[in-house]
Amino acid sequence: MISSFINHKIFTLLKVQYSNMLEYRVEIALWAISGIIPFFMLNIWTNNNLNESINISDVMLSRYFLCAFFVRQFSVVWVVFSFEEDSLMGKVSPYLIQPLNPFFRYFAQHLAEQITRFPFALIIAFFFFIFNPESIWIPNIGILFLSTISTFLSFLIQFLIQSIVACLCFWTEKASSIERLLFIPTLFLSGLLAPVVSFPSYVKSWIYLTPFPYLIDFPANLLSGNPINVSGGLFMQILWILLLFPIFKKIWFAGTKKYTAMGS
Amino acid sequence: MEKNIIDVRNLSKSFDITSKEPGLKGTIKHFFRRQTKSLKVIKNISFEIKEGEIVGFLGANGAGKTTILKILCGLIYPSEGSILVSGYLPFRRKENFLKKITLIMGQKQQLIWDLPPIESFYLNASIYDLDKFEAKKRIKKLSEMLEIDEELFIPVRKLSLGQRMKSELLAALIHEPNILFLDEPTLGLDINAQRNLRKFLQKYNKETNATICLTSHYMKDITSLCKRVICVHNGTISYDGELDLLLRKLSPVKEILIVCRSEEDVIKLENSGFSVKNKNKNEITIKIENNSITSSLKTILNNFDIEDLYINEPPVDEIIGKILIKKDYDL
Repeated sequence: MISSFINHKIFTLLKVQYSNMLEYRVEIALWAISGIIPFFMLNIWTNNNLNESINISDVMLSRYFLCAFFVRQFSVVWVVFSFEEDSLMGKVSPYLIQPLNPFFRYFAQHLAEQITRFPFALIIAFFFFIFNPESIWIPNIGILFLSTISTFLSFLIQFLIQSIVACLCFWTEKASSIERLLFIPTLFLSGLLAPVVSFPSYVKSWIYLTPFPYLIDFPANLLSGNPINVSGGLFMQILWILLLFPIFKKIWFAGTKKYTAMGS
Repeated sequence: MEKNIIDVRNLSKSFDITSKEPGLKGTIKHFFRRQTKSLKVIKNISFEIKEGEIVGFLGANGAGKTTILKILCGLIYPSEGSILVSGYLPFRRKENFLKKITLIMGQKQQLIWDLPPIESFYLNASIYDLDKFEAKKRIKKLSEMLEIDEELFIPVRKLSLGQRMKSELLAALIHEPNILFLDEPTLGLDINAQRNLRKFLQKYNKETNATICLTSHYMKDITSLCKRVICVHNGTISYDGELDLLLRKLSPVKEILIVCRSEEDVIKLENSGFSVKNKNKNEITIKIENNSITSSLKTILNNFDIEDLYINEPPVDEIIGKILIKKDYDL
């Protein structure tokens, strides 16, 4: 039953959304380029020898930021903005009376966009290696497999967090403002600007209790080969998904009761 | 006897709305303390609709027609009352219920803007669990009925409004729903496109015995599709019954323009007890009650030298307009 659902509905959704995304290939290339914050951060870290304070070599640090770039490319989520626009314009109404939760559409849209992004991300990585040849490495299959799973789990966590925020559109018209508020801890605590290991230990212990380090820091460290507690990290990612999913379901059901179908 | 497919009892719906006074003072007040009040938009209405019926919902803007359709299709929750559509409580949005209905809103689209409609059709087909073969068969059948063929492969953004509306219909009907909720489906379409759409809906209703609930501000949609109308005024039902009966009630007289061969006949007609609207040389317009039209015409034709005669039906728009603007119209 579930496998036929995934095969039939999700696969068709993915196929259609991929065709749709290919219509925007130039935009996607630009979005991919716009995700190069980790490279700027790498530059700041290495130019100021900040890595010495946390005992990470230049090579390992550059691999970390390249991996952070990759993880970010495949876990970036914008569902709150799409859902907010669709619900304000009344576009959600036709989706709500179809036998498929509208969030599957957004989910497929994100996956399709990631597939479209993949070649552009590879090109950027290629140029990164040209300028940083010492950073070239080939992760083993096992690590590659685990970090792919971990990146997907990171995407799921972010998708669920944003979907919960998106559901607030049923109560407030500008749910994206809440997302903007969430962006601040995401930016600082996820490992996008600095590896979480660089934080003071008393702060670190608190950070690891939040979902943020499992968004970028954990999968990026895993992929780059830095020493890390793999099973503990994967366990925390799954735990956050298991915690967030029922919240999403509950807020979704409560929200659809409040839905007024405005704009349609 | 046809069974009821829609059963609505004492339905009410309220919305919470915020109000704001004009000006800077009002804006600041609104920022710190929102004034919210509950507005009852549907007030204790009841009606039934039989399987295969086409029912038109008439009413002015804001009367509550669209809200009724949205409640019937499960899009919004009712505040009070009970509703059964095809045996289901619509607001629970059970999969089997959703597979039986469709909602088409003239001003909204569900097709993917940058892709040809065929992609959206196959997507909808998979959402409604149709296999590829069945989807292909239905797309072929519906595209023939709607007379769209080449348009299936052209990106939606490049289609005309009429072609887009036809594609929207196809996307909404691919799962062969037996209850159609149509909210102003001909909005913005040219006369030919409107006519074609009406023809299609008639054909669909005839072939599938689908029930159709329709709102439209184009009276032609209502008169050519609906035998029964439900007039909604300020959230209440002011009339529920046959359209013909409503028109007869609201316009009990017909105007007859009579062209006589001589002016004497015009004077004779004027003095023979008919209600005269106006006269001009050898032409006279009289008003005759609907129930005496045959006998009156017989008398006129037998007693006067008539060159020509025209029976003017009062314009439906004008008659219906009366119910839409007058709050306490006696129906």
